[in-house]
Amino acid sequence: MLDVGRIRQDFPILSRQVHGKPLIYLDNAATTQKPNQVIDALTHYYRHFNANIHRGIHQLSEEGTEAYENTRARVARFINAYGTEEIIFTRNTTESINLLAYTLGRQRVERGDEIVLTQMEHHSNLVPWQILAQEKGATLKFIRVDDEGELVREDFDLIGPRTKIVSIVHMSNVLGTINPVTELAQRAHAAGAVMIVDGAQSAPHMPIDVRALDCDFFAFSAHKMLGPTGVGVLWGRRAMLESMPPFMGGGEMISLVGEQTSTWKELPWKFEAGTPNIADVIAFDAALDYLEGMGMGAVREHEIAMAQAAMERLGALDGLVIYGPKDPQRRGAAIAFNYGELHPHDVGTVLDRHGIAVRAGHHCAQPLMRRLGQVATVRASFYIYNTLEEIDALVEGLRETERFFSAEAAGARTK
Amino acid sequence: MSTQDVELDDLYREIILDHYRKPRNKGRLEHAEMSAEGLNPVCGDEIRLELRLGLDGRIAEIAFGGRGCSISQASASMLTEDVKGKTFAEARGRIDQFRAMMTEGSAPPQDDSGDIESLQGVAKFPARVKCAMLSWNVLQQAMSEGAASAPGKDDGNE
Ligand SMILES: Cc1ncc(COP(=O)(O)O)c(C=O)c1O
Repeated sequence: MLDVGRIRQDFPILSRQVHGKPLIYLDNAATTQKPNQVIDALTHYYRHFNANIHRGIHQLSEEGTEAYENTRARVARFINAYGTEEIIFTRNTTESINLLAYTLGRQRVERGDEIVLTQMEHHSNLVPWQILAQEKGATLKFIRVDDEGELVREDFDLIGPRTKIVSIVHMSNVLGTINPVTELAQRAHAAGAVMIVDGAQSAPHMPIDVRALDCDFFAFSAHKMLGPTGVGVLWGRRAMLESMPPFMGGGEMISLVGEQTSTWKELPWKFEAGTPNIADVIAFDAALDYLEGMGMGAVREHEIAMAQAAMERLGALDGLVIYGPKDPQRRGAAIAFNYGELHPHDVGTVLDRHGIAVRAGHHCAQPLMRRLGQVATVRASFYIYNTLEEIDALVEGLRETERFFSAEAAGARTK
Repeated sequence: MSTQDVELDDLYREIILDHYRKPRNKGRLEHAEMSAEGLNPVCGDEIRLELRLGLDGRIAEIAFGGRGCSISQASASMLTEDVKGKTFAEARGRIDQFRAMMTEGSAPPQDDSGDIESLQGVAKFPARVKCAMLSWNVLQQAMSEGAASAPGKDDGNE
């Protein structure tokens, strides 16, 4: 069990007020709040050892380089990578996936080939593949989503001899669904395809072991797991990363530069052109330290409890429809719903007036919205610092919203 | 939690909720001459407008469709009532006035019946300005496409 009361004290933002009410932050799937440890690490870097890394021979540069590379080693342990050189820092999940589309994708995909995705992809694991497919004359295939919010298993047969890449979200940012990545990776490998996992929602919320997942690449973002914005991770199998061309050219990623050609540095620096986001990478270490201190198993347990309570208490409201799996063991704690005829935007605005931050919209998953037959949904997503009382406040806020818009309330206000 | 929230009541004025619950001119036009659709990329809301002009070149009929929040639906409903009977040049003037009201906080049109004015509170909710603007942008698009395909219909009085 997490000591939520103690955890909350580490997050200064949780004591602020919004519209005169205590903040209830339920938009964690978009980005999480940061503990003092991370904020302090960030300012500590700028105050004490700010310098460019990998180039200076002076003390500051050496300290900075060491701290930066320390984070890389911790990330490798955090996801059980085979080696530290398999961890590449990017800006975010989106850039990690684009890196793959532009390097691996361009190298492997040809006219008539197929790329298999699912109907529940975030735009960042869809649009890069559309760009690649259009450039190459390849086709995108989509594993469908059933009415329970799970992948349609018979569609796994879409992975076939023409498939070059399978790229799938591990945990849906809308439905919360946890997808059977290992099984899909085995299918992909049997077909000679590469398996990519969008781990933007899974890495923050459950233990990750890329060896057990059996995938070839795994992408995620620091800002969704207590870390700063501007840092993403791409993990890839060493042999694959080695056979890929660089993504961007410039400083840091080269070894010998001639007038006409150059040679590349070894992994992982081959994929990190230019001065990286040193400060934020170093502060990300503090976020991972924080998560490891609690244990990712305990984080997952807390979220199962939150998801269960939220689904029970929200589900008790008349006319409220929750999308995604009902079994909290099979899903994460991002819970998308619609409430009667109320439009998500209106719900979001009224809740905000109660200090409750939720997301209202298509959640960067327009094809999934179409599948659900919705234009938009409300989404409440929970993390380590959320409490059962906050779920009750959400339910009360929704009741209030319903009263506000109901026809009976008309005339109660005189304007 | 208290129900008394002045700013919220100001955003959702009773007139707005009335248009939301009982939208005017919602549906399809039998013999539409011009139409346009617009999307609010933030939330995926869609508004469709259809227009038919009279022999005098004024907007004789106008209807809207699509799904959206109370603000975008009410704004579209009010728009249809507001521009019916107006020339394109007059309607463009209304669009400019409405946009100024939303983004610069300027006053509503003088001859407004009070409906448009009720949307003034939206300007204080930046996240919702796009909702209110959506149908007005669609009208602009419908008119410029319509004017391009039927130049004789535009009174050209810009
Ligand atoms: C499932 C999923 N994939 C990808 C992303 C993109 O992450 P980022 O915006 O950090 O690149 C997100 C978050 O927005 C997400 O939830």
